[in-house]
Amino acid sequence: MAESEAPGRSPLKRGAELVALAAVLGLLGLLIWKVVNQEHSKIPQQVAKGEHPPAPDFELPRLDGTGSVSLASLRGKAVVLNFWASWCGPCRDEVPTLERAWKRYRSRGLVMLGIDQQDLASDARTFASKYGMTYPIVKDRRGRVVARYGLTGVPETFFIDRRGRVVDHVPLQINAVQLDEGIEKALTS
Amino acid sequence: MKAIILAVAVLLVSAPAALASERHPTLAELEGQLMCPTCKTPLAESNSPAANRIRSFVVERIRGGDTKSEIVDKLVTEFGPEIRAAPAKNGFDLLAWLLPLGGLLGGAVVIGALAWRWSRAREPASIGGVPAQNGRVSIEPELERRLDEELARFE
Repeated sequence: MAESEAPGRSPLKRGAELVALAAVLGLLGLLIWKVVNQEHSKIPQQVAKGEHPPAPDFELPRLDGTGSVSLASLRGKAVVLNFWASWCGPCRDEVPTLERAWKRYRSRGLVMLGIDQQDLASDARTFASKYGMTYPIVKDRRGRVVARYGLTGVPETFFIDRRGRVVDHVPLQINAVQLDEGIEKALTS
Repeated sequence: MKAIILAVAVLLVSAPAALASERHPTLAELEGQLMCPTCKTPLAESNSPAANRIRSFVVERIRGGDTKSEIVDKLVTEFGPEIRAAPAKNGFDLLAWLLPLGGLLGGAVVIGALAWRWSRAREPASIGGVPAQNGRVSIEPELERRLDEELARFE
């Protein structure tokens, strides 16, 4: 007979309970959505353990404004992804190394792709022109690709093989030896 | 009436200041309204290279005669809406401003309704489930009988 109390409960109280329940469920839904959609990339850790995780796909606009580049369109080629920004000193220092490697390996099916991030486009264009970057550059305006690759700073370089797997990763400024090793892995994996 | 006059006076005093701030913003103002994209702290609290570059950009644009909105819009185009320290007051972001207000108003309505209901529910007391009649308190017959017996023992 506990149910006999129900008719006695006022519509106001029932309404307040429903509103409170809806609010709690709404907040819970938001929390679940946030957790599910949060980018928690473990790519650097996976690569460090010797794994070859699939490289997250992206499509980003070219810095020079001539269309966009998607990673999927580069499938079948080895790709070097170099994240940089014009305000970053080590990024400037590694440009000659990257440029040399790009010119040396491109005939073997290598694509060098610079990803400018957290930067003013005008600064990035000036930087690319000043330091003679001839390889394609795209701009990650919202930092989404940065999050998918688990970047902790710039510069960082990822090596992707012809099957679209990340086979090597170098945080901070890269040197010629690291670059050659990574490119060989990407070309031969 | 006094409140309306006061509100109008506040508006009259603050409107020109807001307009001046929009047309001729200062670096200090914008530093408080923008975020450092690399360290995710207010621009005013960051000395990272990215923050310093944004600071220089803001100074350049102020000198170039841009309004506050123009400068913020340019930075949003470059870095995305996360560059704002507070959500925009239009589109979907407006919800971030309206929802807390709605929550406060809703809470006030619920509390008010509960208080009103509680004050109305305070009828004259009843004992043992028997409602009061004619302004007098009634008790259950069994309880009344036992009470009479107890009183009789003392007489």
